[in-house]
Amino acid sequence: MGDLLARYDILGAFLMTIKISLAAGLLALVLGTLLAVFRLSPVPVLRAFGSTYVNLVRNTPLTLLVTFAQFGLLSLLNWHLANQSSPTSVADDNFRWGVLALGGYTAAFVCEALRSGVNTIPVGQAEAARSIGLTFTQTLREVVLPQAFRASIAPLGSTFIAMIKNSTVLSVIGVAEIAFLQSRIIDENADQLYTIMAIVALGFVILTLPLGMGATALSKRLAVKR
Amino acid sequence: MNTGPEQSAVTSRAPLVVLDKVNKHFGDLHVLKDIDLTVGEGEVVVLIGPSGSGKSTLCRTINRLETFESGSITIDGKPLPEEGKELARLRSDVGMVFQSFNLFAHKTILENVTLGPIKVRGMKKAEAEQRAKELLDRVGVGHQAGKYPAQLSGGQQQRVAIARSLAMDPKVMLFDEPTSALDPEMINEVLDVMTRLAKTGMTMIVVTHEMGFARKAADRVVFMADGQLVEQATPEEFFTNPRSERAKDFLGKILTH
Repeated sequence: MGDLLARYDILGAFLMTIKISLAAGLLALVLGTLLAVFRLSPVPVLRAFGSTYVNLVRNTPLTLLVTFAQFGLLSLLNWHLANQSSPTSVADDNFRWGVLALGGYTAAFVCEALRSGVNTIPVGQAEAARSIGLTFTQTLREVVLPQAFRASIAPLGSTFIAMIKNSTVLSVIGVAEIAFLQSRIIDENADQLYTIMAIVALGFVILTLPLGMGATALSKRLAVKR
Repeated sequence: MNTGPEQSAVTSRAPLVVLDKVNKHFGDLHVLKDIDLTVGEGEVVVLIGPSGSGKSTLCRTINRLETFESGSITIDGKPLPEEGKELARLRSDVGMVFQSFNLFAHKTILENVTLGPIKVRGMKKAEAEQRAKELLDRVGVGHQAGKYPAQLSGGQQQRVAIARSLAMDPKVMLFDEPTSALDPEMINEVLDVMTRLAKTGMTMIVVTHEMGFARKAADRVVFMADGQLVEQATPEEFFTNPRSERAKDFLGKILTH
């Protein structure tokens, strides 16, 4: 095992997994919140857009989305997201499209987690907010969403745990994260299959276990008492 | 027209809230039928009637928490706008107190009262807090300012809700069955605050089953049944000498115990 750690940059690969997770997670949180606002808005066009996005993206395999981003958009249409003159442009492009696909995919789940949180809020909360003269946006920002986020912490935790593990799908477009390195190490060291898999599994547990425990603790601490 | 709304009780006050032929349906149910009602400045109007008569709906229609299909509602000469910023501005002048209090559960008592003044009126935080504390003292919950709604009793929460509405300096306040969700021993502390408020000259429209409050604080009692205004009179006149059969029947049922 020490031999493997010395010969391969396993830590670096996990670092890439973390980088993907942070970038895609942030994107998913912002986009997912926006989608949730769309789905709750009184404007029919926005509502239709929100539900179409969620239903389309949530029901498509992530592998398809990721490969579509790389082959369909990057390779065939030449939609570059990275600076072409940079020596790392190929890797950068793959990373950015991968993050976009993973974040966009996870956003659909974030949206639904938030919406389930919104549904726990009694309708009287929004009525009271409107009664003191808050606009639709202020009602969402000051009263509905803060309570929805608190009620959504536990389901959001599960969503982000799933996302971190889903980041391994980016190996299919050659992003040098841990699953990508794993298949290379297995190719070159077939006799150490169990060790390699154990290291990868342990790495993910280290990444996701605190997240799940943190989410549970936070959701208890921040729970809105009624 | 049925027995005819009694207009003699309408005083010569300047009209503040005017409903003109307001109609509303819930599906097939015609909940508000050609409602005409004028509430003068400083007047305290109590809406009573059997459950399902449409009095809560009427109350909620006045600040457009419920929509209506035809007719018009004007507040201080301005017609109720449709959704949007205009409506929000108008609502800030119309206080609303709910049956279930509806305090913002994630905010402290003080934050509940300062939210509107800061976000809607653009008041400075320190100024809003100062004013909120005065109002909370006035309704007797000043010492609870740092707590969260769930830590207060129902009666205390409802008094905070009244302070939250007052913080907006409303032109009129609507009360939608403000004591119906309270334990009996807490009803009076809320009614006391409302009675004091009525004496300060606040314009109030109150949906309630508290006949004692109606007698003591109301300038006019409006009796509603089946979506219509059946009868209106001074409390004295209404309780001693109801003229419509519906009102006699209703009072007979509630006053015998």
